[in-house]
Amino acid sequence: MIANTLPASLSQNPRLDHWLDFSEPGHVTVRTGKVELGQGILTALAQIAADELDVPMARLRLVSGDTRTAPAEGYTAGSLSIQQSGGAIRLVCAEVRAKVLDAAAAQLGCPSAALTLSAGAVMRGDSPTGLDYWSIAPRLDLTGDATGSAPVKAHGELRVVGTDVPRLDLPAKIGGAPFIHDLAPAGLRHARMLHPPRWGALLTRLDTAVLQRHPGVELIRHGHLAAVLGDDELAVAAAAEALKARAIWTGGAVPADGLDEAASLRNMPTDITRRDIGTPGTVTRRFSAAYSRPYLAHGSIAPSCALAQWSADRLTVWTHSQGVTLLRGALATALRLSPAQVDVIHHQGAGCYGHNGADDAAFDAAVIALQRPDVPVRLLWSRADEMTAAPFGAAMVVQVDAGLDADFRPTEWTLNIWSASHARRPGINGAVHLNGAAALPEPILDPLAPDLPDAAGGGANRNAVALYDFPHQRIVQHFVAQPPVRTSSMRGLGAFANTLAIEGAMDEAAELAGMDPVTYRLRHMSDPRARAVIEAAARMSGWFEGADGNGRAKGFAFGRYKNVAAYVGLVAEVEVDEAPRLTRVWCAVDAGLVINPDGARNQVEGGIIQGASWALKEQVRFAEGAIATADWDSYPILRFSEIPDIETRFIGDPRSPALGIGEVTQGPIGAAICNAVARALGARVRDLPLTGERIAAALLAEG
Amino acid sequence: MMRTVTLHINGATHMVTADEDTPLLHVLRNTLDLKASRFGCGLEQCGACMVLVDGKPSYACTLSLWQCADTAIETAEGLMAGETPHPLVTAFLGEQAGQCGYCLSGILMSAKALLTHTPTPQRAEIIAALEPHLCRCGAQPRMVQAVERAARAMAGEPA
Repeated sequence: MIANTLPASLSQNPRLDHWLDFSEPGHVTVRTGKVELGQGILTALAQIAADELDVPMARLRLVSGDTRTAPAEGYTAGSLSIQQSGGAIRLVCAEVRAKVLDAAAAQLGCPSAALTLSAGAVMRGDSPTGLDYWSIAPRLDLTGDATGSAPVKAHGELRVVGTDVPRLDLPAKIGGAPFIHDLAPAGLRHARMLHPPRWGALLTRLDTAVLQRHPGVELIRHGHLAAVLGDDELAVAAAAEALKARAIWTGGAVPADGLDEAASLRNMPTDITRRDIGTPGTVTRRFSAAYSRPYLAHGSIAPSCALAQWSADRLTVWTHSQGVTLLRGALATALRLSPAQVDVIHHQGAGCYGHNGADDAAFDAAVIALQRPDVPVRLLWSRADEMTAAPFGAAMVVQVDAGLDADFRPTEWTLNIWSASHARRPGINGAVHLNGAAALPEPILDPLAPDLPDAAGGGANRNAVALYDFPHQRIVQHFVAQPPVRTSSMRGLGAFANTLAIEGAMDEAAELAGMDPVTYRLRHMSDPRARAVIEAAARMSGWFEGADGNGRAKGFAFGRYKNVAAYVGLVAEVEVDEAPRLTRVWCAVDAGLVINPDGARNQVEGGIIQGASWALKEQVRFAEGAIATADWDSYPILRFSEIPDIETRFIGDPRSPALGIGEVTQGPIGAAICNAVARALGARVRDLPLTGERIAAALLAEG
Repeated sequence: MMRTVTLHINGATHMVTADEDTPLLHVLRNTLDLKASRFGCGLEQCGACMVLVDGKPSYACTLSLWQCADTAIETAEGLMAGETPHPLVTAFLGEQAGQCGYCLSGILMSAKALLTHTPTPQRAEIIAALEPHLCRCGAQPRMVQAVERAARAMAGEPA
């Protein structure tokens, strides 16, 4: 499953008792720095703990994302939680289990090999010994560091891992009040922050006279920040809207008309970095193809929310952030506090697909709380805030320049990538990156954000290196340091556009070669696991049997997210009439050991639907110097009537290590849809989204 | 204008005194502490707040208090009341039909309205009933299957 070396999460949080304790009789508290974002991670981590401890799921209590108690594990991002937190929890549980067995053996005067654990009880053969975790653990010193030396369960011994354990968090989400939006501590006051219409703009004039018509609310000014606070949420929201309607803002980046098209990136100042892998071979023909995606909105179904309270020189913040420890550091820096004065506690929000408004909302709440000591402040964004003030997924242009030899093998392969940063998260590179921090009385002016380095998985460069057996690849990144809107990490980062371009160009090369796209891919792929998912997806879809026609066609794509996570082979079938419609998807995944197959399928299929929505419908638009896509009418996403039938198979070997699956399908589905539309139309449109209007315009321009 | 309105919610009667234009969602969540109905957009665009008013799916985010006087309102809390949860709840959990779950309350209410007047819906009818709802996580296929599963359960068929 996971190599028996210390994962980073464990080497950074080595103390055993930081990960688990037995203080609640009959239960085990397991702590993780990773947080539930709707992806089911807490259930999967509990499954790992249940197996290694020999404790039933019902006896586990998960504590997650709490700077007071839980291990610091960075962001819950990058399809890494099973490897990082799961790897740590597995080793810690195995080690504690071994210590308990050793202690029991010493007490019983027998070798520990004669003892086993069952449902938390120490057994000798089939007989209970009267000892269990809860009688032994208080006598154990768990303050020591994990060594990673205890034997973990072999694959054949796993009972809970690999099964479809129902999600622990789902029941409360039907008819219950599990969300951060539902928290209502005594004395709660509601708040709204006025957000600038442009990134970096400062509030320079506020018409406070409008507040005469809004009794029962108070205005809070702090530097260039303005917020409304009151007991009645409706009154607060109405006052904030009235203030906003007449507020004057100065400066900031201008999202001018036309800059919402990805192609505009080519005209912006860029820093260029190059990387060469291998040596070019003989070239007999060349082709060039540029693909793009526009700026994308996270579009969480709930607006961002946070609670904060400043009492007795301590700031407590409840947030749906992906990284509580990093947020704590950024808040402390921005608000001139010591990190030790700040507690950041995760509480579940709606689905999170990257760096959205969660951290900024936490900042908003914290600023207001500091102005009104001892008041629990509940800060909520509006739908328009969520669609315009949160960071966006960066627009990208990815141009493939390929040279083919006489055998149509790509012997020269260059990717030119234009993109702004995908890495403007709070705390990254020591920067604050909180939207309101520049408007504080003592403003925080973050340096220009670099992109995520390749060693950390890359930002724009994520999945820029193709896994095919090319003798040469050159990656040229054209980094746009000052984009017109704030960009940061959104599910998959650069992998979506790079996979779109690489897999699109593979289809174009196959066409030049007069070969079937799947056959062409297999000809240039020696990784056996990659070949297996490609072949499986082709087989599942009847790729070589069915014929395209009547505006209906299939498209293929392969991807291995970050070139280290799960392998995906994927076929998309589209019908193109006025606009393309995605009808069916076949997806083969090799993720090695799958902790929770049903949960993994949910992630894979959800990724397919979200990626299809990006590819077919989504684009942040600018108008009159502001973001024009402020609601769901102007920023439509895939609806129930547009959802394809999806067939997914996990074909990996469960004896091989678990690979991340959270972001593995977006790239392949975007590319497969693009390839399918090209085959259906007999002409290729390379700029997303593939709406009817844009396809018609592209075909017209091509003549 | 302030007004006292009688609301019948999930079979219970509540007297609420508030501005008559107050959105029902605000009354449910902030006055009556019935938080299962979610705020998503406030614009009738996402369906997270959907409740049933006299059996009809209605956006609680824009529905005014005065419009609700003496109507029968159903919210997702009502699906959990009683000895066993509504078959839709069992079916959604059985299918693990959700990811973040924020959209689920509203979707279950529209599904309930559908199954009341169309006990054995075709797939196209389920999709039409859920079309006003957005799910950003992409769990729609499971939700459609969950409604079918609930319909089978309510007809007495094995799951």
